[in-house]
Amino acid sequence: MAYVPLADQDSEMEMHHPHSWVTKYVWSQDHKVIAIQYGGIAIAVGVVALILSLLMRMQLGFPETFDLIDPSSYYQSVTMHGMIMVVYMLTALLLGGFGNYLIPLMCGARDMVFPFLNMLSVWVYALSVIILMSSFFVSGGPTGAGWTLYPPQTTMAGTPGHDMGIVLMLLSLAVFIVAFTMGGLNYVTTVLQYRCRGLTMMRLPLTVWGIFIATILGLFAFPALLVSAIMMLFDILLGTSFFMPAVIESGTPLDHNGGSPILFQHLFWFFGHPEVYIVALPAFGLVSDVLSTHARKNIFGYRMMVWAIIAIGGLSFVVWAHHMYVSGMHPYFGFFFATTTLIIAVPTALKVYNWVLTLWEGDIRLNAPMYFAIGFIFTFIHGGLTGLFLGNVVIDLPLSDTYFVVAHFHMVMGVSPVLVIFAALYHWYPKVTGRMFHEGMAKAHFWITFLGTYAIYLPMHYLGFLGVPRRYYAMGSTDFIPESAQDLNAAITIAALIVGAAQILFFINIFWSLRNGKPSGPNPWGSASLEWQTPDTPPKHGNWGDELPTVYRWAYDYSVPGAHEDFIPQNVPESEEPTADEQHFDPDHDASKADA
Amino acid sequence: MSEAAISGSNSTLVDDWSADKQAYHVPWGKAMMWIFLVSDTFIFTCFLTGYLHVRLTTTDPWPLQSEIFALSFGGDPIPLILIAIMTFILITSSGTMALAVNFGYRRDKKKTFWFMVATAAFGASFVGMQAFEWSKLILEEGVRPWGNPFGAPQFGSVFFMITGFHGLHVTAGVIYLLTVAFKVKKGHYDKKGYEIVEIAGLYWHFVDLVWVFIFAFFYLL
Repeated sequence: MAYVPLADQDSEMEMHHPHSWVTKYVWSQDHKVIAIQYGGIAIAVGVVALILSLLMRMQLGFPETFDLIDPSSYYQSVTMHGMIMVVYMLTALLLGGFGNYLIPLMCGARDMVFPFLNMLSVWVYALSVIILMSSFFVSGGPTGAGWTLYPPQTTMAGTPGHDMGIVLMLLSLAVFIVAFTMGGLNYVTTVLQYRCRGLTMMRLPLTVWGIFIATILGLFAFPALLVSAIMMLFDILLGTSFFMPAVIESGTPLDHNGGSPILFQHLFWFFGHPEVYIVALPAFGLVSDVLSTHARKNIFGYRMMVWAIIAIGGLSFVVWAHHMYVSGMHPYFGFFFATTTLIIAVPTALKVYNWVLTLWEGDIRLNAPMYFAIGFIFTFIHGGLTGLFLGNVVIDLPLSDTYFVVAHFHMVMGVSPVLVIFAALYHWYPKVTGRMFHEGMAKAHFWITFLGTYAIYLPMHYLGFLGVPRRYYAMGSTDFIPESAQDLNAAITIAALIVGAAQILFFINIFWSLRNGKPSGPNPWGSASLEWQTPDTPPKHGNWGDELPTVYRWAYDYSVPGAHEDFIPQNVPESEEPTADEQHFDPDHDASKADA
Repeated sequence: MSEAAISGSNSTLVDDWSADKQAYHVPWGKAMMWIFLVSDTFIFTCFLTGYLHVRLTTTDPWPLQSEIFALSFGGDPIPLILIAIMTFILITSSGTMALAVNFGYRRDKKKTFWFMVATAAFGASFVGMQAFEWSKLILEEGVRPWGNPFGAPQFGSVFFMITGFHGLHVTAGVIYLLTVAFKVKKGHYDKKGYEIVEIAGLYWHFVDLVWVFIFAFFYLL
C-alpha cells in the first residue's frame, strides 16, 4: 500500500459539523470561530489594560488634581497593565486570533489538525482570563509587584496583593500556558503537516512563517514561566524557599532561608525575552503581507525574510540576561549577553531594509491597512534604535529603570505590534465579515494613534535621560529632575488620553461596518495569497468546498509583466498565466536566479 | 507499513522539508507528540536547573541522599535500593511498551493489549512505590516541603516538587496507556491504523528517560 499523506486523506480530517447555535458559535471547533473568540477576549482584556494605563497617566500628569488611584492601586495598575498587554492581549491576539484564522486558510487546509484541542485551548484561555480578572475582586486586590513579579518583594507584606492577588496571577499564568500549549501544538503541526498540494514551506506567506516560529518559541519559552510560577506558588503556599533568601521583615525574620531571587529572574527572562519575539515575529509576518499586497509588489528578499525570522527566533533564547545587567552578574556574562543582543540587530535590520525595499518603486495604494503598516516601520525603527542603547551594559546601567526603558519597549513591542494588529484587522476585516470598513474613520484612527504615539513616547526618552525613574507613583521634589519635567508629564498624559479615546473610532468602525459596510467581494485588495481565494466570503466551515486547492506559485506574484491583472493568485496554474522570467521569482524553482 | 515505504526511498532532510503537504512522513498525532515532548523537556530542564541552582545557593549543607534513601532488609541498610528497584521497573516497562508497539503494527490486538496493560501495571507499581517512599519520608523521617531534619530545606522542596511532577506524568501515562489499550482491544483502530500505540509509547519512553535524568541528578549527584 502506497503511503498517502494525511493531507490528501479527506476522511482523516474528522470534521465536526455543528448542528445548533451553541455548537456553531460557543463550543465551536471551527478555527475561524475560535479565532474570533480568541481575538474578542484578547481585545476586551486589552481595553481593561488600556484603561489602567490611562488611570496611571492621569496620576502622573496631574498628581494633585485627580484622586482616582492611591499608591497601592497605582502599582496594581502597573502590574496588571503590563501582564495583560504582553501575555493576555498581544500573545493571545496574535497567535490565538490571527494564528487560528490565517494558518489553515493560508495553508489551504480545512481546519487545524485537532479541532477539538483547539476548542479546549480557547476556553482554557477564557478560564485563565477569568482567574486573572477575579483578582480585582479579592481582598487586597491584584498583585502590585510589577509585571516581572520579582521575588522577594512580590510575596512580602508591603506589596499590594501579596496574599491572594499574586496567587491568582500565578495560577492564571499556569492555566494560560496550558491553553497556549494546546493551541500552539495545533498551529505548529498544521503548518508542518497539513499544507495543500503544491504548497511547500518556502511558498508560505510570511505571516505563516512568523506565527509558526513564534509558536515554537512559545512552546520552548513558556515552560520556564510555568516552572517559575509553580516554584513561586510553592514559596507562597507551602513555605518553601526556592526564591526566598533569609529575609527580615519589620524586624522579624521570615521562615525562608537560602533561596535565590536571581534564579527567578533567570527563569522569568528565559521566558520573557523570547516572549518579546513571540509578539514581534507574527507582527513581522503580518506586516510583510500587508505591505506587499498594498504596494503591489513582491516582498523583497523572501528567502532572507524567512531566514531572518528563524535567526531572530534562535538568537532570542541566548539574550535573556540583558534584562538583568543591574541585578549583579559577572562582567564577562554582561559582555556575552550584550554581544548576542546586538547581533539580533542584524537580522532585524535586514527585515526593515526589506520592507522599505518592498515599498521602493511599488504601485503603492494608500489604503488604511497600508497606513498602519508604514506607521509600523517608523515606530519599529525608533524602538529598535533605542534597543541598541539599552543592549550595551555601560549605557544600560544609568538608563535602567528610567522612562527611557518605558519608552523603548512601548515603542518596540507595544505600539509597533499594535499598529500591525490594526493594519491586519483592517486588512482581513473584509475576509472575516464580507464587508468593507469605513475608510475615512480608519484613517482618522491611524493619524491620531500614530501621531499620538510620538507625542507620548518621544518625550519619555528625554525624561529617561533626565533620570526620571519609572514605576513611581509621584515624583516629589528631586534636585536632578527639573520642574519642567512635570509639564512634559502633563503633556504626555493629554496625548495619552486623546489616543485612548481615539480607539473608540476603531470599535465604532468595526461594529458599524458589520451591518452598514459595503459588501467587499471575495478579494477587495487584489491579494495573491490563498486565504483570499476561498469559494465563499466569509469562508464556510471547511473553508474550501468540495476540493482542497492546489498551489502553483508563491504568495507574492504582484505586478507580473504580461499577466491579466496586477496579481496572480497562488492557485492559478503556470500555464494559465504568463510568467516573465526576469521578474517572476519562485524560491523553489528559481534558486539559481535567486543567487544571481 | 508507512515507515518502511519511506525509509526505502532516498528521501533526505532537505527533500522532506521542501516537500508540499507535510514535512515529516508521520501521522499528525505523532508529529504533535514529538513537539509536545520537546516542550515538556524544557519544563523538566528548568526544574532540574532550578534544583541545581538552589543547591548551590542554599546556606545549609545538602543532605546525603544515599543515607536518606536507604532501606534495610533485616541487615545493614542498602543505599538507594528502593530507587534502584523503581528505576529497574520503569526501564522494564519501556521494554514491554516497545513490544506492544511491535505487535500493534502486526495488528495482533490481543498481544498489544496485554503488553500495554503490563506496561501500565509497571507504571502503576512505580507510582505505588513512590507513594511508599513519600509516606516514609513524610511520616517517619519528618521531611516536609519547607524543611527537614537533615539539612537544607530546599532538599525537601525539590524532592516533592520534581518527583511529584514526574509522578503526575507517570500517572497520566498509565491512564493514557489503559485508555488506548482498551480501545485496541475493541478494534477501534482497525481502520485508522495502530500508530496511536506508538504515539502513546513515545510519551511513555519520554517519561522513563526523564526519570533517568532525575535519578542521576537528584539521587546520585
